[in-house]
Amino acid sequence: MKGLYRPGDSPIHRLAPQCKLLAVVLFAVVVVATPRERFLAFLLYALSLAVVVLLARIPPGYVLKRLAVELPFVLFAVAIPFIGMGERVDVLGVPLSVAGLWASWNILAKATLGVAASIVLAATTEPRALLLGAQRLRVPQLLIQIATFMLRYLEVILDEMRRMRVARESRGFAARDFRQAPVLAKSAGAMFIRSYERGERVHLAMLSRGYTGVMPTLADGRAPKAQWAMAAVLPVVASAVLFVS
Amino acid sequence: MTLDVRDLAYAYPDGTQALFGVTLSIAKGERVALLGPNGAGKTTLVMHLNGILTAGHGEVSVAGLPVRKDTLKEIRRRVGLVFQDPDDQLFMPTVREDVAFGPANMGLRGADLEHAVVTALEKVGMADVIDRPPHHLSFGQRRRVAVATVLAMDPEILVLDEPSSNLDPASRRELAEILRGLDVTVLMVTHDLPYALELCDRSVILSGGVIAADGPTHEILADGDLLAEHRLELPYGFAVPTPPARG
Repeated sequence: MKGLYRPGDSPIHRLAPQCKLLAVVLFAVVVVATPRERFLAFLLYALSLAVVVLLARIPPGYVLKRLAVELPFVLFAVAIPFIGMGERVDVLGVPLSVAGLWASWNILAKATLGVAASIVLAATTEPRALLLGAQRLRVPQLLIQIATFMLRYLEVILDEMRRMRVARESRGFAARDFRQAPVLAKSAGAMFIRSYERGERVHLAMLSRGYTGVMPTLADGRAPKAQWAMAAVLPVVASAVLFVS
Repeated sequence: MTLDVRDLAYAYPDGTQALFGVTLSIAKGERVALLGPNGAGKTTLVMHLNGILTAGHGEVSVAGLPVRKDTLKEIRRRVGLVFQDPDDQLFMPTVREDVAFGPANMGLRGADLEHAVVTALEKVGMADVIDRPPHHLSFGQRRRVAVATVLAMDPEILVLDEPSSNLDPASRRELAEILRGLDVTVLMVTHDLPYALELCDRSVILSGGVIAADGPTHEILADGDLLAEHRLELPYGFAVPTPPARG
């Protein structure tokens, strides 16, 4: 599966996944807890994240391009100052809501930092390792199992969707506008049923190999203290910034 | 006897009767082909062998141990079921984890587990893909890894559902070579009659929910009337060679 992961051998890549995962979550919590007026704090957060990107030897452009997933939220945030109520201020001749501007800044700054941190995590950790990390952080088994199966079967299902598309188009179907929606909806329904049936077959295969409802835990790797300490740097620096600023 | 099926009858919950009293014994080390048209009850029979379905009437036992609720765990170790679609069989993110799934459920850990995984993969010539995700393998490779996932449980009997389906000719031959080299009892469900002849000395025809024929493969395949009666046909241009091919 082609994802965000960017193979490498940097100190960040080598950190145990559970350490990185926890560090990113804590960093995000600190960022979200920061009052929106503290511009300097946000600048320092961004700088510390930039240092991590450097350490991980990820080209900055790689992170910036992938920030695009944020766009729907950005559009929403940009709209707020225009539709916001209350006191107005003129920016380039356009009257904007002051409260709206603050809200917009708040969303943009925090979301960007959070998404950027997640991208760094995903770029330096294989998807499989991320799940192992989550498992070691005691994320509920059921969620891990669902995510593990998704990881395994995403390609299989995409492949099946591709075949269905080829089958549709081979018989003269082309999706031009909304009138073709019912056909696509039916394909989605068929896809759902096929996946469900595959789920049943996979379950049989699991039962046949002694599955009793619990996945055997194999890689029970503990991270050395040094790794935890290193991963802790980012959230610790961030909370220091929060308290000092 | 490695596998003993006695008077097995089964009806699905909706009332459709699939098996009407099947009796079949397979001795240790035998390789037996289970032939039969679509809808003959082959899959239903296979599902009984490791207790996924439980007998309506009659009994199944594996190396002396009857298939019952309280013996399921050991039965599933003894019977290695390889499903037709390797994407159903291989459900873990990497080959290593997938092959380890069965033996780990049996309680193996650490070096023993690693040994079981590596040995099973070596038996099917797939040790070099141990850390790859299954969807990066070719279909033939996935089928071989699927065989390894059950070999890792050190089964008494290997049950294969259509092992040659969807394989290109070279993969089909390679799998035959691997299966022939394994020191394990095999029951192979197949429509590929030449494959049955190549690998199995003995064949059983299941038709209409009963065993319709049981004998040396070359005799069964040479009996055109018997095959026709059960909707089985040799491929165009194929004749059973004499003397019969030996496995």
